[in-house]
Amino acid sequence: SVNPDLASERQTASFSVEKLTALLDGGAEQTRIRRAVVEAIESDPEFSRENQYFQTQNERYEAAVRKAVHLQKRMHEMGWTENGPEYKYIYRALSGDVAFLLHRVFMRSISVLGSDKQIAKWIPLATQHKLIGSYAQTELGHGTYLQGLETTAVFDTATQEFILNTPKISAMKWWPGDMGRSATHTVVFAQLYIHGKCYGIHPFIVQIRSLQDHSLCPGITAGDIGPKMNFEHIDNGYLLLKNVRIPRENMLSKFCEVRPDGTYVRQGSQKINYFTMTTVRISLISDEVLTPLMKACTIAIRYSVVRRQSKLKPGEQEAKILDYQTQQEKLLPQLAAAYAFHFINDYLQELFNRGYREIQRKNFDMLPELHALSSGFKAVITQHCTAGVEICLRACGGHGYSLLSGLPSLYTKILASCIYEGENTILLLQTARFLIKCFMAASAGQPVPPSVTYLAAVKHGKCPAKSKLDFLNPDIYTEAYQHVAVRLTSSTAAKLQDLIQSGVKKHDAWNQCTVQLVQAAKAHCHYIAVKNFAETVEKLETKAGIQKIMKHLCDLFALHGIFSNTGAFLHDGYTSAAQMDMVTASYLDLLAVIRKDAVPLVDAFDFTDQSLNSALGSYDGQVYQRLYEWAQKSPTNQMSPAYERYLKPLLHNTLSKL
Amino acid sequence: AAAMSVNADLRRERAAATFQPELLTHILDGGPERTRRRKEIEALVLNDPDFQHEDLNFLSRSQRYEQAIRKSSLMVMKLREYGIADPEEIYWFKSFVHRGRPEPLDLHLGMFLPTLLTQATPEQQDRFFMPAWNLEIIGTYAQTEMGHGTHLRGLETTATYDPSTQEFILNSPTVTSIKWWPGGLGKTSNHAIVLAQLYTQGQCKGLHAFIVPIRQLGTHEPLPGITVGDIGPKFGYDEMDNGYLKMDNFRIPRENMLMKYAQVEPDGTYVKPVSDKLTYGTMVFIRSLIVGDSARSLSRACTIAIRYSAVRHQSELKPGEPEPQILDYQTQQYKLFPLLATAYAFHFVGAYIKDTYHRINGDISKGDLSELPELHALTAGLKAFTSWTANAGIEECRMACGGHGYSRCSGIPDIYVTFTPSCTYEGENTVMMLQTARFLMKSYTQVTSGQQVSGMVSYLNDLSRQRIQPQHVAARTVTVRINDPTSLVEAYKSRAARLVESAAKNLQAELSHRKSKEDAWNRTSVDLVRASEAHCHYVVVKLFTAKLAEVGDAAVRAVLTDLCLLYALFGISRNAGDFLQAGILTSAQITQVNQHVKELLAVIRPNAVALVDSFDFHDVHLGSVLGRYDGNVYENMFEWAKKSPLNKTQVHESFHKHLKPMQAKL
Repeated sequence: SVNPDLASERQTASFSVEKLTALLDGGAEQTRIRRAVVEAIESDPEFSRENQYFQTQNERYEAAVRKAVHLQKRMHEMGWTENGPEYKYIYRALSGDVAFLLHRVFMRSISVLGSDKQIAKWIPLATQHKLIGSYAQTELGHGTYLQGLETTAVFDTATQEFILNTPKISAMKWWPGDMGRSATHTVVFAQLYIHGKCYGIHPFIVQIRSLQDHSLCPGITAGDIGPKMNFEHIDNGYLLLKNVRIPRENMLSKFCEVRPDGTYVRQGSQKINYFTMTTVRISLISDEVLTPLMKACTIAIRYSVVRRQSKLKPGEQEAKILDYQTQQEKLLPQLAAAYAFHFINDYLQELFNRGYREIQRKNFDMLPELHALSSGFKAVITQHCTAGVEICLRACGGHGYSLLSGLPSLYTKILASCIYEGENTILLLQTARFLIKCFMAASAGQPVPPSVTYLAAVKHGKCPAKSKLDFLNPDIYTEAYQHVAVRLTSSTAAKLQDLIQSGVKKHDAWNQCTVQLVQAAKAHCHYIAVKNFAETVEKLETKAGIQKIMKHLCDLFALHGIFSNTGAFLHDGYTSAAQMDMVTASYLDLLAVIRKDAVPLVDAFDFTDQSLNSALGSYDGQVYQRLYEWAQKSPTNQMSPAYERYLKPLLHNTLSKL
Repeated sequence: AAAMSVNADLRRERAAATFQPELLTHILDGGPERTRRRKEIEALVLNDPDFQHEDLNFLSRSQRYEQAIRKSSLMVMKLREYGIADPEEIYWFKSFVHRGRPEPLDLHLGMFLPTLLTQATPEQQDRFFMPAWNLEIIGTYAQTEMGHGTHLRGLETTATYDPSTQEFILNSPTVTSIKWWPGGLGKTSNHAIVLAQLYTQGQCKGLHAFIVPIRQLGTHEPLPGITVGDIGPKFGYDEMDNGYLKMDNFRIPRENMLMKYAQVEPDGTYVKPVSDKLTYGTMVFIRSLIVGDSARSLSRACTIAIRYSAVRHQSELKPGEPEPQILDYQTQQYKLFPLLATAYAFHFVGAYIKDTYHRINGDISKGDLSELPELHALTAGLKAFTSWTANAGIEECRMACGGHGYSRCSGIPDIYVTFTPSCTYEGENTVMMLQTARFLMKSYTQVTSGQQVSGMVSYLNDLSRQRIQPQHVAARTVTVRINDPTSLVEAYKSRAARLVESAAKNLQAELSHRKSKEDAWNRTSVDLVRASEAHCHYVVVKLFTAKLAEVGDAAVRAVLTDLCLLYALFGISRNAGDFLQAGILTSAQITQVNQHVKELLAVIRPNAVALVDSFDFHDVHLGSVLGRYDGNVYENMFEWAKKSPLNKTQVHESFHKHLKPMQAKL
């Protein structure tokens, strides 16, 4: 039965939860398909994650391999294909707890970077799992900065082979998933040398393990890189190459080819390849970043209406902790951010689909803008959501610290997203470079891409709000965000120019402004996120209370951003001290309003108990009973050798000998 | 691996320092003699083969518990063998043995024994203390319940007195009343001090402490009526068997209630305790430890991140030149140096609280407790302020190490998971901030009613004066000198005053149109937390600044002054809105502050490695491949990885179990 404290929260919802779920899924039909996939996977005990918190690294890895193999079978039985509508829900239903994710990256890189002949040779083998692929780019000494990679591939015209080497320890491949134990092949990125000349980084298919007995191939040293904060189920690996010879045909050669005589030929435009890399940054947002935040909000908010602590009114029952303003102030902005980023993700997906169509028509005009948006939003969303999950964790007090709450593993998993696919600071600086360029162009009257036209229309007004209610007007706060973004970009551009004019070298000037540049890039993304949320709300149907509650969340998202960064808005007097007090008042009022719908708002995310895998966040709110029963299954409650070995001698007067 | 020389980058960094790191180490330790003694104890532990073991990162939780309990028992014996009895020296010994991690006897040594000393009658001490001292009895302290943490009055466990048998009957009446979390309870302890609601003669007399045997001496099996076990895996604290305890009509003799203060007579008559002000002292002491721990944990993370940033080269700053050390990037300095400054600031705050506590403790014996309420209120806030900041700071350090920071070989994940519960235990941080706020509101009310307040809140006295001279605040803006720490202390003072006043006024406004005082308090609590934070921030800047004058060596004073300025200015930059809104600084001044922060980054850069060397963490204690003193990071990452459990066999068993059959079928 449902805990009455949680049941009562659901009775007062101001909107239809089912309709909101459908909105998040992109339609009721999508909801139906998703639920069918989730149901099929969760009813299969092979995919259970119940024991995952008790397992060692070895057990987690083995389970992930077992699940990956079983998944092939199930997909076949269910008639799910990689192009079918079900496919995108499988990963979510498994909560990512499955091996061979890099196998897909391996296949994609061959499809994108390989010649037709290479695709015809390798893709069928990979599809049938005759081989297991990985993708080896990052090295011990080099990550985001690809030109710095040190692995070498020297072309030997005599044998028509490339000779691959790891010339020093920092050049060892390090981190690639599935490579530590599983992969038989990997795409290795190496500096290409022909006749002593370096041609830069190129991709090569290298076999690393025997297809017969899985032993390492000659010249290969490979293994697992050891325990990490999370991803125990993935065998991130290292790879050392010593005079490993591969045939000339193994260099992926859609764009660059080495002829038998050693002639290097470049062909076609790499821009489409570049676009593919950019797309990956956007494609990870939904499953790897938004889902964990939504789960964390679900767990923390449900728990906060079940947990009672201390008294708000003398003589009454202890209060639900969600009734404390400080608890609302921790959790509800995270909830608003989850919705804001969901909608910006929709916006980015649409933009990228459009970009893809343009690029197929050989129109590359949108590329710089898409690149800037994907870099900036990848950084801003991963950072914001990671912080949000940690806030949820700490808002659950002691019990949040138990692995059985589900929150520690959500946190340790999401935080990796701040680093992979481009370190966040570096990505923000790429966005900033685009902003500065566009600002200069706009100032000179040249046309700029749509997302930055606002940089040209600098207005020197003041915030017109006269009462706290004015700050519930999207025009008012959107304009405030715009003002800050313009101010930060223009002042940094001016500072850069000053430095250069005073004789500082261009690259030094850039480094001296990077702290400001990062702030400008964040302000730009924040502005677009607020604007997009407001525009999305405008377009929602007014029925079923959806638009009203989304408007509240939009207001909260915007005002929380101002409240937690008042300096940026007060600077140069755009917002006055008195107006800032209005922002605070409106913001705090909103917390109390959204509080009433908090549980329905997380119910709408529609996570099953199995997918939350949390003693605190289950739908029925039977928190304490579940925590107690689950803890008893812990391996530490089986007989431990520690008593016989250490405790017994200790307790039996070892000390009296002293 | 063969002995390796120090990485050339780190050698260069150390040669370029403008001060002697040992001198700064002495200041952190409290004098050269303390440093010498600390290193002596460190050597005692690190050279002892009994305390060696495999890297804990490769062990399962059960194995880690086993190692910890093995080391703990040896530790207790060796402490006595060496005659180490000073609390601080015991603390050092323990943290070298366990490398900064918790251990299963923590609660026995830190709570069970001290509670016996302070709350047991002489007769009870005779029965329990020596057996506990000799570890025949291992005890824990069972307060927190599954449904109740910081709010003690809500605890549900009952102890009902039965005069016919002269026993207390202990019960866990609900699931929420099960004792949950106490360290050492799960597997280690055979006794627990249990906090329960006392019922006698049909009346509830509130919370009292009882000594409860939970496991059979000899077999270690749970006693009838006792259900006890481990609460399962956690984020960190793998070494600790945090436990649960459920009691069903479990009877203990009347003499097992700790009766130094309150008593239950054989017929069930309840005798009330005298004043409980003394318990303030213990809380202040424990919070001072957490402040110190915030400083140490952040220092460890900074040591790792800064040394690694000097070793790691990436990308290019100048076209055509070799890849620079990542510590040369402004964004990297901006992440790390303010945290380095914060670590130093918190060291000095921790030392201040400890000294003040010892001073007041001297006064307590003379009966002067007048300073205790303020110190109690202040330490609540500082505990929260420093642990929140350090918690976030450790994560920033980890992020600043990129992908390798995510590997457990970096050591930072472990520092984080070990440290983060201090935001919750010994008083949840938000609740702590609100305790400080209560004191601030009380002080504010005193000032407005014409009384003077003293101590750290004395700046509130100025508020009434400012109201008479409205131009006063405006006049203040031009007087802030951003190069002068003393002047910045004044700016922080004004900010705190403004936020305290604003919270007080909002609270007043809520009170004027709401019936319930608690409701009004709740609706102001976000403001109140902000006010407390501003107050704590002011105290930290003030204490750091005051420390500078005590430093004799000019070179060390110069580098600490840079750090102090960075700490203060970075705080202004991050909270610019508060200073702008209150009119303490103008937009132009904020721009100058931002600029000066960046200039200070460049000033501190040459001393960065020497400043973390001064923390003087031994490599074994640091537990980090990235933060090694010799900087030979990559070679040792490879050595470390080879020991990973997944690498035990050349071909993993899952190949035969799963992969091969699948490939055969396709």
